[in-house]
Amino acid sequence: MSNENQEVIINPRQSGYDPTRALTEPPMVRFILIALSLLFLGLFLFVPLAVVFATALEKGIQAYGEAVLERDALSAIRLTLLTTFISVVLNTLFGVASAWAITRFQFPGKNILITLIDLPFTVSPVVSGLVFVLLFGLQGYFGHWLADHNLKVIFATPGIVLATVFITFPFISRELIPLMQEQGPEEEEAGMVLGASGWQIFWKVTLPNIKWGLLYGIILCNARAMGEFGAVSVVSGHIRGLTNTMPLHVEILYNEYNFTAAFAVASLLAFLALLTLVAKAFIETHAQDEKIALPPAHEQSRTP
Amino acid sequence: MKLKSTGVLPGFGLTMGFTVTYLCLIVLIPLGALILKATSLSWGQFLDTVTSPRVLASYRLSFGAAFIGALINSIFGFMVAWVLVRYEFPGKRLVDAMVDLPFALPTAVAGIALTALYTTNGWLGRWLEPLGIHVAFTPLGVIVAVTFIGLPFVVRTLQPVLESLDPEMEKAAVSLGANRWYTLSRVVFPSLVPAWITGFSLAFARAVGEYGSVIFISGNMPMKTEIAPLLIITKLEQYDYAGATAIAVVMLVVSFFLLLGVNWLQARTGRHRAT
Repeated sequence: MSNENQEVIINPRQSGYDPTRALTEPPMVRFILIALSLLFLGLFLFVPLAVVFATALEKGIQAYGEAVLERDALSAIRLTLLTTFISVVLNTLFGVASAWAITRFQFPGKNILITLIDLPFTVSPVVSGLVFVLLFGLQGYFGHWLADHNLKVIFATPGIVLATVFITFPFISRELIPLMQEQGPEEEEAGMVLGASGWQIFWKVTLPNIKWGLLYGIILCNARAMGEFGAVSVVSGHIRGLTNTMPLHVEILYNEYNFTAAFAVASLLAFLALLTLVAKAFIETHAQDEKIALPPAHEQSRTP
Repeated sequence: MKLKSTGVLPGFGLTMGFTVTYLCLIVLIPLGALILKATSLSWGQFLDTVTSPRVLASYRLSFGAAFIGALINSIFGFMVAWVLVRYEFPGKRLVDAMVDLPFALPTAVAGIALTALYTTNGWLGRWLEPLGIHVAFTPLGVIVAVTFIGLPFVVRTLQPVLESLDPEMEKAAVSLGANRWYTLSRVVFPSLVPAWITGFSLAFARAVGEYGSVIFISGNMPMKTEIAPLLIITKLEQYDYAGATAIAVVMLVVSFFLLLGVNWLQARTGRHRAT
């Protein structure tokens, strides 16, 4: 940037005024700002991450292996994988369908629909769990009916899946809507003119165009589904080996003062979080190469 | 109201039908149940629940800690965004990617990690406790947890705005004789204000409802370090659905009005900038 300053003031020496100094901060200030930022991030990001792995391996690799391969831990991993899989599949279908309907057609109430899709982001995780207890809990609106038919939603797998689907509901949709909006319907319309069917257009034209955005949304949805705690905690009932997801298993072990095991299972989740960040960076690089603007990664209000 | 598509592409009926059905089943009906439950409460019942001292104390803690956390994040988040956009230093890409860690790391993991750090024997706690600074199991711990959770919001909302700032503006200010501080305070900072407010409000909203990372470090002492979401769970465990709903409704309403206020503030600063 400093080289360009020459065009602003042609002869800085004559004016007795150095414009390069006025366009950036003095080296000392820059150094202090970088140091303070790194200190802040180190304290709040790197150290907590390090403590997870350090505590997990505190008692050696043997204890680590035992904690991770223990029966309840394995069933927690299975339940987490199942829940995550269902949430990602359902929300991917919804994300693609909603983006298609919203960006390829004009209809009244479109903005309301977009706002409603964002609703789950504004609700506290605990409240997200609460709404399902109100519906399906023992004293909930459908509680009696479910009990009569011997069906269990709350304190069982369906409740956990429902709460997770609710929490991760907008993730993929909100990645795809701005992306497809920007790309516009021209290529798909060209496909139609050439005689392609709706599904052909989708597989051959739309999907290749949105693949990075879709993948991005799936990765974020996946990370959140795997780690969701508050909502799941309300509907799970914490039954070991049955309705415990990985984060809930971590909580139980921790509350039993079994720190090594708690951090061992936690380290698996932390590792997955790091993988998520790597995958995210990878996709961002690719999208940048193809000049696709990915919407911000997180729960952000769409239009400020 | 009849929905009518004006696009020429096929698939409107299918995608729209699926979207609306799925939205109703997963989001609207469940949230409707909350509203239905809330309207079935009598005023007396509702007020008794939400003005009991224990509930009031939890609101104070949840909203207070969220506010302070968002404030810390808006200061340091601004600094981090500035450093990442304007300066070069080794490891910058790694640092940039790591900023999203609080989004990717499960909250329960963050909770136990922060607690382990700040207890008496923890890596940081053992230095802070002799100084009389108690973080774990105090309101300070709640602030630390919500600061962690809200960290990416301010950085990620400011970063794109900083990147898209036109350098010509700063050059123009300099050519008119402004020094660096004057350029920053009169040219750069004002154009960042709307994004800054957005980042603050997002971090705040997230922190108010936060549960997983807070309950481990807070210690959950009634009246002292008990957050509102935890009280909802306590009420549910006692099968007091009405009480849980009342607490939840107040949280939703307060968050909603805060965000509304922020939007209003933003619209105002935006207009001010335009004129």
